[in-house]
Amino acid sequence: MLFEKTQRRIIRNPFTVPGKDGRNVPASLLPAVFAVVLGVLVSLLPTVAYPAGFTDEVDISGRLSTETWLYPQSAAYPDQRSYAGGLALETTFYVENEEGTSITVTPFLRYDAGDPDRTYGDFREAYLLMYGDAGDGEWELRLGIDRVFWGVVELRSLVDIINQTDVIEHPNEKIKMGQPMAHFTWSGDWGALELFAMTWHRARIYPGSRGRQRYEFIVDQDMISYESGAKKWHVDLASRYSGLLGPLEIGLSLFNGTNREPTLLPIFLDSGLVLAPHYEKIRQFGVDAQLTRGSLLLKLEAIYRAGAKNSRYIQHLNTLEEEDYIAFILGSEYTFYSILGSNSDLILFAEWAYDGRGRWATNAFENDLFIAARLGLNDPQSTEFVVSVLGSLNKSSRVLAGEFKRRLSSDNWLLHIETSAFLDIDEDDFIYYVRRDSYIKINLAYSF
Amino acid sequence: MIRFSIPRTIFAVLGSFLAICFWPAESYSDLLSGTAEEAGLRVATESRERQKGFGNFTASLTMTLRNKQGKETQRSLRLKVMEAQEDGDRTLFVFDHPRDVKGTAFLVHAHKTGPDKQWLYLPALKRVKGISASKQSGSFMGSEFSYEDMGAVEVGKFTHRFIREEPCGDLKCLVLERIPKSQDSGYSRQLVWLDREELRTIRVHYFDRRDEHLKTMVVEGYAKYLDRFWRSSTITMINLLTGKSTVLLWSDYKFGTDLDAKDFTKTALKRIR
Repeated sequence: MLFEKTQRRIIRNPFTVPGKDGRNVPASLLPAVFAVVLGVLVSLLPTVAYPAGFTDEVDISGRLSTETWLYPQSAAYPDQRSYAGGLALETTFYVENEEGTSITVTPFLRYDAGDPDRTYGDFREAYLLMYGDAGDGEWELRLGIDRVFWGVVELRSLVDIINQTDVIEHPNEKIKMGQPMAHFTWSGDWGALELFAMTWHRARIYPGSRGRQRYEFIVDQDMISYESGAKKWHVDLASRYSGLLGPLEIGLSLFNGTNREPTLLPIFLDSGLVLAPHYEKIRQFGVDAQLTRGSLLLKLEAIYRAGAKNSRYIQHLNTLEEEDYIAFILGSEYTFYSILGSNSDLILFAEWAYDGRGRWATNAFENDLFIAARLGLNDPQSTEFVVSVLGSLNKSSRVLAGEFKRRLSSDNWLLHIETSAFLDIDEDDFIYYVRRDSYIKINLAYSF
Repeated sequence: MIRFSIPRTIFAVLGSFLAICFWPAESYSDLLSGTAEEAGLRVATESRERQKGFGNFTASLTMTLRNKQGKETQRSLRLKVMEAQEDGDRTLFVFDHPRDVKGTAFLVHAHKTGPDKQWLYLPALKRVKGISASKQSGSFMGSEFSYEDMGAVEVGKFTHRFIREEPCGDLKCLVLERIPKSQDSGYSRQLVWLDREELRTIRVHYFDRRDEHLKTMVVEGYAKYLDRFWRSSTITMINLLTGKSTVLLWSDYKFGTDLDAKDFTKTALKRIR
């Protein structure tokens, strides 16, 4: 009965196409195909649409990286692998005409040797940019797929909401997928006012059954549903004011549209239990501020979000509880320059993350303290070490992390090694599912 | 008695008049009158004044980092500079090489007194990060230059003292001592050689907080732009404690470009190429 009901509610993803072996090709492959096609089209633009312009400046740059993830602990769930390897290519094509109008296209392709759900493509960017004078100030318009960053703290982005987070690229939630939008900025001595209109909601991509750092049950991308009748085509609106008050930099933002973070509802299928992503309409107010005082930076990010669900499952309704909440991160950053007379800089970070939903928060940051130290040697190789600890203030969970970055003797190669250890992850903690997913990641990137 | 003193007065007046007519107003001997502090401030102010009025310029910069063993590493970047009304210069550095930091940009709003405002743009995240102006003592891109060595020297940020005159190569130089007012500076003091005629920086000795001679900067290859503004082609910084050095090669100076204040904002930083 429950099964039938849920089946009726489920909206099939219109971008899923049948694969040649009868299985459905994951929707995540479509952006890749789309990326290649649009890339070819845009590359023709300079000669077709702008016979004289857009040749002033042409620039191609990018990064090809090989990546290895090692998971020394045995997996928590069946099928999960102990090793992941793959390649990623991100290339930016840029053309500009005499007026400064430009087109930027950045396709991203990831090949994963083991997990087909991690082989995917995305347009990180594909936009037209124009700007000009507006009285004493300036206007700027960006049309197309772009990435936008809001925020000041290091632990995670809280106010940042324009783009979908790419969680399979890295679980740290710092990498973002491209978002189609019209983005208008009006700026002057008084600050900057930005207006956003977005559509084509990007669904979050999750690892397949072989992947680590996943929930106990697989997120079924074919079962995506939306609160909005317009589904992914709902027009999301956002605005932001940012300005400078002496040593204080402040940003105030408003978002009204489909949430980037889905509610994951358990659904029982013949094949077993899967999680169906459901995207609610939400409204979010955000504040981000940074006060710079000498070597000390004080930071705050805070949100009020209404309309989203928390992680409390209401069984008789087969849904999660709706809860409006506040969350904030309070942080500081202190830099010691030229320590011990050397070229090295040492930066210390301390941040406190709080989520008003408490144990029903949909992330690991309900009441956590993050402390980190970054040592930059400022040598020609830009050698950098980072160590950090993230600890829950009311549970036993701890995440220890370390990072090493160094440019290799040939300037184009960068080695980046990072490791995270998940220790004593509390059974009640939202991230209990990663308890056995401590990892070592080795990334070797060639930049061109 | 009186009969003899009148012609002397006339000669003195006449002499002064001639001196005013035929000597350049910024004659160094005028500059050097008064106490060592007064002279120092006057020379530094005059030197800075002569650099002003360029409006804006762009240039390319190649840095060669050389370690003790002589191994070299190259960096390249572009620079955009604009004079601000009643304030310090606005400077934008855009990195081209090494390629992993390509597109990274560094924006400075210098103030005549007090701490500067600085922002870093990280293109991979599209993030503009306000950074501490105390960064001035930190190394600029791993080179022997610190951030505070890279921009124009604002007179108000130092106390000055005139030390002596002495020959420097083919030129005659005025030697000034300048002491940074900011506690964040990496230096206790600097000795500056300015050539007497044009008041261009020829050489600087930097002394660390323990008052040891840490670095020597030598500026060469001066050429005049717009008939007025001297710009060098080569600046060498040698670290005497580590034996490392950095050579800055300047090229493609362009004056009178269409840059304005809107090219030096946080919004503009996000569209930097």
